[in-house]
Amino acid sequence: MVKITYNAARCKGCHYCVNACPKKCVAPSGELNEAGYETVKFNEADCIACGSCYTVCPDYAIKIEKED
Amino acid sequence: MAIKKFEIPELLKDKPSHGACQGCGHGICWRIIYEVVEELGYKNKHVIFHDLACGSHGLFATHGHAFSGAHGRAIPTATGYKRIRPDMLVFSYAGDGATYNIGMQHTVHTAARNENITAIVVNNTNFGMTGGQMSATSLIGQKTTSSPAGRDSKENGNPIDIVNLYHGMDIAYLARGAVDSVPNINKTKNYIRKAFQKQMAGEGFSLVEILAPCPTNWNLTPAAALDRMENEIFKIYTLGEFIERSAK
Repeated sequence: MVKITYNAARCKGCHYCVNACPKKCVAPSGELNEAGYETVKFNEADCIACGSCYTVCPDYAIKIEKED
Repeated sequence: MAIKKFEIPELLKDKPSHGACQGCGHGICWRIIYEVVEELGYKNKHVIFHDLACGSHGLFATHGHAFSGAHGRAIPTATGYKRIRPDMLVFSYAGDGATYNIGMQHTVHTAARNENITAIVVNNTNFGMTGGQMSATSLIGQKTTSSPAGRDSKENGNPIDIVNLYHGMDIAYLARGAVDSVPNINKTKNYIRKAFQKQMAGEGFSLVEILAPCPTNWNLTPAAALDRMENEIFKIYTLGEFIERSAK
């Protein structure tokens, strides 16, 4: 099971994670955070915990844990 | 039981958001640097030397030891510290404007002396903090606030490529990575690891240049900035390892 912890308050809406995800399970959420940036939403069910979104995130908003 | 985890290094945890713009590459650079620092076991035995520019936002992003010197003087400040404390992992972190324009004499002579430090240079082909002026690495034809018609080689000279500049120099390591994609970020992290290891083995000067996007000053969206890197910048500044001297 994959658990994604997303800190929307830190997100600056660059959407690098949306483009980097090989399984297309990151998408723009259509909602803004307090700073006015469009956040993203995750589909945890399809996530394979490859860490691509974590790797490209410049703002340290994503944490991924994969459990047995 | 957790078997796989992607989490930022301890040195970056519980800090307020750094001040870099949307889509800026600096955040990724800091993360891979501090991942390497922790993986190599220098969590309490490293100092990063900044100057005054976008890169110095990193001062406020880390719990690690950090120092901010005058603009363009990150490399000589790091040199002085390393001479006094050779046991510490010492690296400078500055942009292309600071390293190849303002501090060019240090970039050349520190390499000529083969000082035992690591210089990390984030090249975004302009002066970011001051508003996107032309730097030594701006591409021919690149429109900046100080070259609104595009850089002209007759008037402004050609871009400086550190690989050509350091050609034949007796330094430990020279590599160029990028933070535009997952493979390039992982490779860049490896270059940084190698540079740090060479420094701690006393092999001499190492420089890792990191090509980074600057969507704000390129007047592009973050996604278009990555496209520009792939289609324009990588053609001029090739990626890879260029100097690697084996241990004595």
